Amino acid sequence: MSKLSDKKIPSGLDPWNALRIHTDARIGLGRVGDGLPTERLLEFQMAHARARDSVHMAFDASGVRAQLASLDQTILDVHSAAPDRATYLQRPDLGRLLDDASRETLTTHKARYDVAFILADGLSARATHDHGANTLSLILKRLGDSWSIAPITLATQSRVGLGDEIGTALGAKLTVMLIGERPGLSSADSLGAYLTWAPKPGRSNADRNCVSNIRPAGLAPEKAADKIAYLMSEARKLGLSGVALKDNSSSPALIEG
Amino acid sequence: MQTGAPFSFERFTFPDLKTLLAKASPLRSGDVLAGLAAGSDEERVAARFVLADVPLKRFLNEALVPYEDDDVTRMIIDGHDADAFAPVSSLTVGEFRNWLLGDDATPDVLRNLAPGLTPEMVAAVSKLMRNQDLIAVARKCHVVTAFRNTIGLPGHLAVRLQPNHPTDDPAGVAASILDGLMHGSGDAVIGINPATDSPEAMIDLLKLIDEVRERIDIPTQSCVLAHVTTAIDVMARNAPVDLVFQSIAGTQKANESFGITQAMLAEAEDAAKGLKRGTVGNNVMYFETGQGAALSADAHEGLDQQTVETRAYAVARKYSPLLVNTVVGFIGPEYLFDGKQITRAGLEDHFCGKLLGVPMGCDVCYTNHAEADQDDMDNLLTLLGVAGCNFVIGVPGADDIMLNYQSTSFHDAMYLRSVLGLEPAPEFAAWLRKMDILDQNGRTRPQLDGQAAQNLLAWSGAA
Repeated sequence: MSKLSDKKIPSGLDPWNALRIHTDARIGLGRVGDGLPTERLLEFQMAHARARDSVHMAFDASGVRAQLASLDQTILDVHSAAPDRATYLQRPDLGRLLDDASRETLTTHKARYDVAFILADGLSARATHDHGANTLSLILKRLGDSWSIAPITLATQSRVGLGDEIGTALGAKLTVMLIGERPGLSSADSLGAYLTWAPKPGRSNADRNCVSNIRPAGLAPEKAADKIAYLMSEARKLGLSGVALKDNSSSPALIEG
Repeated sequence: MQTGAPFSFERFTFPDLKTLLAKASPLRSGDVLAGLAAGSDEERVAARFVLADVPLKRFLNEALVPYEDDDVTRMIIDGHDADAFAPVSSLTVGEFRNWLLGDDATPDVLRNLAPGLTPEMVAAVSKLMRNQDLIAVARKCHVVTAFRNTIGLPGHLAVRLQPNHPTDDPAGVAASILDGLMHGSGDAVIGINPATDSPEAMIDLLKLIDEVRERIDIPTQSCVLAHVTTAIDVMARNAPVDLVFQSIAGTQKANESFGITQAMLAEAEDAAKGLKRGTVGNNVMYFETGQGAALSADAHEGLDQQTVETRAYAVARKYSPLLVNTVVGFIGPEYLFDGKQITRAGLEDHFCGKLLGVPMGCDVCYTNHAEADQDDMDNLLTLLGVAGCNFVIGVPGADDIMLNYQSTSFHDAMYLRSVLGLEPAPEFAAWLRKMDILDQNGRTRPQLDGQAAQNLLAWSGAA
């Protein structure tokens, strides 16, 4: 690298570009006057555009249902009390409540289950479209026969807390929600998994375990499924989830309300 | 505390002072979410007419959160300086706005007034002010602090170099520090948000920054933004702590949700001061705040988000911080929906902090689910530069890959200094010149074949 600093650098290029191997941070961008070179400016705009499109993309529940067909499970569609995306973004409280029709649907399936899986749009429908069904299939493969599994729910305009009402309505001891995380500039397709033992409305983030950044370029779905299956069996064994249930992982938990 | 008859204006009535303040507040999603916002534009302006006639003194006699229940209220009331308040003690909120804009409110007068103001008075007057009023008055408030350099002098703009990395990888952090220094950033602080809040991780990162600072003799300070209790722990182990960081908020309950007490902050300030690491000053605390924080912890005590935010500055000023910044758009669209709301909030926070005597900076930022983009950030950044903001944030390419939000970049800071003729902190500017990073015209034009580049590259290669 020291060779680089011996050279005269043409305007717009940056010798520190070589340091980019150490980090995904946007270093070594070069400059034009005090500003960004055009190509760097447009790269940023494209990343932001993709992230925004992920936030505003409509959840294709029927597409996800088709991806899940081979699992041979009952699948239910539910919707939060937030009627549209604009309301959803400004009223997280509504995103944690079911609408009336969904509540009725779930009640007709109420029984005693060990676990209820929920695939939810959250803040990135793209993440759920791209990695939700695959991650769920990988988790199911890792579970033994000892789990009774509730109908899978596909939740639209959903926050993490919606799983509490879904779990209660179905009569599940544990919920596992796979939900699109708030997109970063370089991670528009990041999925999060939230495990909640004894779900009921009013649970806080401290009551949950989170496995974050599930995507091929982050935590690979196979590894995420290992971790989730481990946490599920620990939760059942100990009868709890949250801060008291230690995840032996080093990934930071990005909790999204 | 006393409560009088309801306030009224035409067909609108407001049962108490905190409702009046909330209804007078410019529209923002967080107040709607909390059920506190005015029901119509007309009601909002009616509330402002009423608020304009409220005597400033009333805020001393009517606590918005009961004195008995809340240690922030106690800090505000017990710490009030009646002598400093005297010049404005007979004014109403509306008269106070006129006075602030007038020629008698000089920088010296405002500096002496600050200990006589409570956050509620300051929040109230801000609600009667247009953006240009917030800028014009803030520009007259000079709050100067120092550690290894001097921050907040008129005509200067400092930058926090924020070299975050998702796994705290030393080479990754070092590469971002190098990039920032070569763009003239880092005078406010080289401050890392650690991915892991542990004493060991904090010590490793502190040593990393301290090594480069000493090796090339940079007149700046470092901070690892771990919890205050972690900082107290590592100071006891003789780690090289310059500044102690903590997120703070405007109610006792919200601060408890952050796991902090006033006693902890006092202990940390004492410990850091005792290390005597500052050279030109000894302001050792760094605080962050942001509208919506109290509501998100369900600890807003019925206050609108701008008023409760301003109370956090009263907490901050007690500990003589070097730096305080509002992380204005980080919290998301349920609190500040779009560029307009973020811009307004950034100007309010800067104004309110400065008027209270707090060394305000701003993390001009947004998340991808807010209705905002880089154009909005350019606007707010420029307005804050005009308002005399002490410092802004510098993140490589404006993209924080650890916290997943967009802030301002090293380039943005160069732009702001350039268009407004602002200088880095004087001691740091001298260093930048010595290192051939600033040219004779004060522009950031690093000599890439110079000794600075060689030294920095050698260090980053070793990290």
